[in-house]
Formats: sequence, structure tokens, C-alpha cells
Amino acid sequence: MSARIPVLVLALAALAAVPWLVPGGYYISISSEILIYAVFALGLNVLVGYAGLVSLGHAGLFGVAAYATASALAAGFGHAGAILFALTATLAGTAVFAALALRATGIVFLMITLALGQILWGLAYRWISVTNGDNGVPVASRPAPLGFALDVPSHFYYATLAIFLLALVSCYVFIHSPFGAGLKGTRDQPRRMNALGYHVWLIRFYAFLFSGFLTGVAGILFVYYTEFISPQTLALTSSAEVLLMVISGGTGTLLGPIAGAALVVIVKNIASAYIERWNMLLGVIFVAIVVFMPEGLVPGSVRLAHWALKAIRPPASAGKAGAP
Amino acid sequence: MSALVIRNLNKSFGGLRVTSAINLAVEPGERRLIIGPNGAGKTTLFNLIAGEMRADRGSISLFGRDLTRMASRRRAHMGLSRTYQIITLFPRDTLLHNVMLSLLALTGLRWNPFLRLDRQRDLTAKAEAALARVNLAHLAARPLADTSYGERRRVEIAMALAQNPRLLLLDEPFAGLSVDERRDVQKLLAAIPREVTIVMIEHDMDVALDFAERISVMHFGEVIVEGSRAEVVSDPRVKEIYLGE
Repeated sequence: MSARIPVLVLALAALAAVPWLVPGGYYISISSEILIYAVFALGLNVLVGYAGLVSLGHAGLFGVAAYATASALAAGFGHAGAILFALTATLAGTAVFAALALRATGIVFLMITLALGQILWGLAYRWISVTNGDNGVPVASRPAPLGFALDVPSHFYYATLAIFLLALVSCYVFIHSPFGAGLKGTRDQPRRMNALGYHVWLIRFYAFLFSGFLTGVAGILFVYYTEFISPQTLALTSSAEVLLMVISGGTGTLLGPIAGAALVVIVKNIASAYIERWNMLLGVIFVAIVVFMPEGLVPGSVRLAHWALKAIRPPASAGKAGAP
Repeated sequence: MSALVIRNLNKSFGGLRVTSAINLAVEPGERRLIIGPNGAGKTTLFNLIAGEMRADRGSISLFGRDLTRMASRRRAHMGLSRTYQIITLFPRDTLLHNVMLSLLALTGLRWNPFLRLDRQRDLTAKAEAALARVNLAHLAARPLADTSYGERRRVEIAMALAQNPRLLLLDEPFAGLSVDERRDVQKLLAAIPREVTIVMIEHDMDVALDFAERISVMHFGEVIVEGSRAEVVSDPRVKEIYLGE
């Protein structure tokens, strides 16, 4: 534990120094985007990594939060009211999602979430009186809590960082709690958990709600970040993208989804400025991860570091080799 | 009041009748052995008692309370624990964590998403005591994946006993064990107090017949013989099934 504290302090200092370290507002905004997607990926990881339930419909919940915020603001709500409304709407949507999808597990669960996500995407496109269809819904301004105007990129970054850290801590507490232990048990041995006396379905339902809540938080941050929401955000490709963040970073780890989010956002926004076929680059990176680190970037890097350390250090018994 | 009463229990998979009009009464504190050739319906009977399968007809009651339509998880809260023929544990976790999951299942703490599980001293102490009961306290911090088959069998029993069951279902607890491991598990089962009623499925007749007071023999989904060791061994139907005489 003591070795972790300096690393933690260093990481926090590095995150806090980002607005000074990166050149200009654009890169500060990209850093905010990484954190937003990291919160989204952390939310999805609750299901994929800790419950063993792979969802391909989470962009729908992300979109519900974003549309609810934008629509509430357009209807004259204040920022606090719009955020509260968006969180409530996302939780309600998540409850419906969960109630329908948790009738199954495995590939059927995945297909149900995919279908539900597509329904929400279709609604965003076609329910024009509410969503404005393909034209989307703009957000006129960002909030200014306690006079801290979030229109300034560095201010928005710090607000996002604070929320990201809260999400990270809440995930840490959640997975180390008795409930988290039960959730992981339902992932590994649902039949045994049931026989032990656990309500497997309800545990998964609550986990889905927590996952949806974090997704909703990310969706609200996203709509304030882009100041606009359109059906494209709810598309299947968005759900697949965040799933790839989780898988490439390492499912069932806290840092994996964050690393995955950073990888995808950087390639999408920065590498794409230099490489026309950035989609192919992303694909090559994913293939490389699958081949060389099938467990994901973070656990794979840890494994390689251990391997390298073992290779560098002489074996403990080397000195005794010649002993009688 | 009997510990376990089964009346006219039927279960079919499509056209295949797996258990047929089973009647069974096990008294409190009794050690009951269920034997029979492969495919006799023994494990299906356990799955029906534990609630992992729904019976087509018939009833099951535990200490006078009807369980027939009760969800499997609720039966655990009623005092029913079981082990599995194929070991069903949590290989990524330590032995201590495996037993803690078993203990946690019967407390309200299992719903708590805020506290740290590893700081629940009372639960940890109980889990350590449960492991000590099966002589595995020294391996508490070891991941289950790094233990032997015999040790895993003992973890299964520790998890079941940790829940202080009133009725314990043991599905082939000696399966796949070495001679030494069998002796260890045999001692372990002999030390279980009489407050716990035990129903056991076992193929190893040498150890099982010594353990049980009464034996039920199943064949093609029916209990065909029931009685003491002497009665069962001398029954011509049992001889026919096992020896083909």
C-alpha cells in the first residue's frame, strides 16, 4: 500500500498539470474528452468486467442522458434541474434496459442490449418533435458553478477531472465492497451463488443501474463538452467503440477502461490529423493487443513488466548453484 | 417432525422420466446415503431438493415447511446447503474469499456497496474458523486455482458448513480423491455435529456404508429399496443391480 501512495500522488499531480503541459485549448479539450469516455468506459466495465455481461447498447443510455440534458435546458430548466432530470431519465431508462436484457445472459443478453440501443437510436432519428431528428439539439451554454465558468477549456477540464475522480473512487469502493464481491461471484459461478443464497438477478439489476448511472454522468459531461447532441452519438458504432475501450484496456480492472479510452480518443482525434486511414491504425492496434496482450493493455503491461523484471534480476538460487 | 420429507416427486425431461414417484423421509440428525447406478436420478433428486430444478409433481418439505415452489436461493436461507459432484467454486479467489462468499450470502451485508469486504473482521474470523474446521487454515490466502483437488473438495464442504445448515446435501464428496484424501474427508464428515442432517450420494461403498445409518437405493428414477446397511446389502434387487445376480 505504501508504494502505491507516491504513484497515486504523482498521477494526480500529472492529471492536475495537464492544462499546463499540453499545448493550447484544443489539447486540453481532448484531455477532457478522454476523461469523459473514461467515465463511460468505467460504467460499461461494471457490467462487462465485473458482471460478465457484455452490452452493445450503452450508447443508447449515454444518449438518453445527453438528450435529456439538452432537452431540459431547451425547455427552460436551469443546469442543476437539467442534470437532475437527465440522471433520473437515464436511471429510468437503465431500469427498463436491465429488466428486459437480464432475462438472458451471454450472446442473447448482448443481442437484447444491441436491439434496445438501436431502438433508442431510431427514436433519436425519428421522434423529431422531441429530438429535432438529424439536426440534433444544441446546448446554449455551459454551467458556471460558484462563478467557475466552464466555457474556459481548462475550467471544463478540471470539472471533468473532479467528476472522473469521483467516478473512479466510487468504482473502487463498489468493487471492493461485499456487494462487489457478490457481483463478481455471479460472473464466475452464478449457479453456485444462487445455491449459496444470493439473488443473482437482483445483484445484476443493481449493477446495471450503477453502470447506467456512470454512463449517464458521462453523457451529461459529453453534451456539455460538445454543446450539441445528435443521433450519431447513440449509434451502434458508439456502443462498439466504448466496448473496445473496455476490452482493449482490460476488462475487470479499474485502470484498463481508462487506458482504453485514452487510446481510442487519442487515435481518433490526434492521429487522425496525420493519418488519413486512422480507422485502420486503430484496427491494427486492436489486433496487436488481442495477439500480444489478450487480457488487455493494463494487465498485459503488468505481465510484461513482471516478465522483464524476472529477466533482469538474477534468480535467487543462482548464488547457491555451486554449493555442496 | 422429519428433517426432509419428499412425497411422490416426479421429474421428466421430455419423454424421459428421471425421477418417478419418489417418497423419502429423513429424520433430524440422520445420515442418509443415496446409492444407485449411473443415471439412476440421484443428482437430479438433489437438484430438485435444492431447487435448481422444478418438480413436475410432488412435494418437498424441510422441517415441516413446504419448499416445493420456493426459489433455490431462499432454500439456502432456510438452512439447506449443498456440495456439487463437479466442484463449483471461485478459482480466481483465495480459499478465504470463497468461504467468505458463503458466509456473506446469509447476511444483509451482501447488499452493501460501501464497506470494504476485507475489513469485515467478524466475517473474516468466521471464514478462518470454517477453514480451520477442514484443516485448511494454513492455505487461507492461497488462490483456489493453486490448490489440489482434495483441498478443493474440503473447501466445498467448508463453504457448506460455514452456513450452519440444518440439512446438508453432499453429492459424491469422495469422488476423485486419493486414499489419504478420502480418509481426511471421512474424518471431517464424522466430526459434523448431529444438529446437521446429512443426505449423501456416493459411489464408494467402503466409506459410504460406514457413514450412513439408512440407505436408499435408486434405480431408473425410483427408490427401490430403503433400509439399514444389512437390509440393503441382503436385498436381492440390490444384488441384481450391482452384481447382476
